[in-house]
Amino acid sequence: MIVTLAFYAFAAVLIAAAAMVVLARNPVHAVLYLILAFFNAAALFLLAGAEFLAMILVIVYVGAVAVLFLFVVMMLDVNFAELREGFVRYLPIGAVVGVILAAELLFLASVWSLSAEAPRLLAEPVPAGVDNTTALGLILYTDYFYLFQASGVILLVAMIGAIVLTLRDRPGVKRQDVAAQTARRVEDTLALVKMKPGSGMIVVPKPEASRGEERERAVEHTPHGGH
Amino acid sequence: MPAVGLGHYLAVAAILFTLGTVGIFLNRKNVIVILMSVELMLLAVNLNLIAFAAQLGDLTGQIFTMFVLTVAAAEAAIGLAIIVVYFRNRGSIEVDDVRMMRG
Repeated sequence: MIVTLAFYAFAAVLIAAAAMVVLARNPVHAVLYLILAFFNAAALFLLAGAEFLAMILVIVYVGAVAVLFLFVVMMLDVNFAELREGFVRYLPIGAVVGVILAAELLFLASVWSLSAEAPRLLAEPVPAGVDNTTALGLILYTDYFYLFQASGVILLVAMIGAIVLTLRDRPGVKRQDVAAQTARRVEDTLALVKMKPGSGMIVVPKPEASRGEERERAVEHTPHGGH
Repeated sequence: MPAVGLGHYLAVAAILFTLGTVGIFLNRKNVIVILMSVELMLLAVNLNLIAFAAQLGDLTGQIFTMFVLTVAAAEAAIGLAIIVVYFRNRGSIEVDDVRMMRG
């Protein structure tokens, strides 16, 4: 009884939050409603006995993905009022598509029935006397090991892709270039000149002498000399 | 076997999926909200998988939910990176503006 009540409460909040994600004027509010929806979906996962996935949903989705959305929404200086212009124009077609899709899905859910063979064909029956996390670990690292590795590769590719996409070389930013530093040699920057005693030095105006700053330099001093 | 009937879970997931679809239609211009709608649709799929896993007593559904979560997280990261790059180049995230690649 209490479980049924909890289910209806969480389901109602989940659907309301999902509706607000779609309808919210401010995208920041939409992201916050998305977080609320994820929390309630995690509660529904818990009620269905999937504790590990409920925690994964809270940690990964609320902790990482939703916060990533929040970062991007707040970082981009976008005029969001402008982006909502087509809202009313697309409302009729959106409502029609939504009603048709919902009717189809609910119709399907009402007439659907389980095959008589299905209970015999279980791939991974839930082991008795083991909690959910242990049971998942027992099959994830054995039967589904290659898929597990493949999902790891997907995450790696996504990470590299996101870095490659967003990393940029800004001109004019002074950054340490280790390769250039280690490749630098004494001969490139400094010239030793043997001078006759008493020959003196002549003043060579620097190229940027127009600034009014003239300095005495040795004749053979290389132009790129760095002091 | 979930304490609540399978049909209830399927109904909630169906409504959630529909809301995600409608969100894509309503927010035609705002890519970020479209991405969030896609996340809602994936959440509905996960809800279905978990409900069936609980109904049948089969852990495969939960394993697949985990993979769906993985792919969804990767997709969100890549999608948001593309949005950031697009905004940097165009100063806007309007979907209607995405015509640069059109031949």
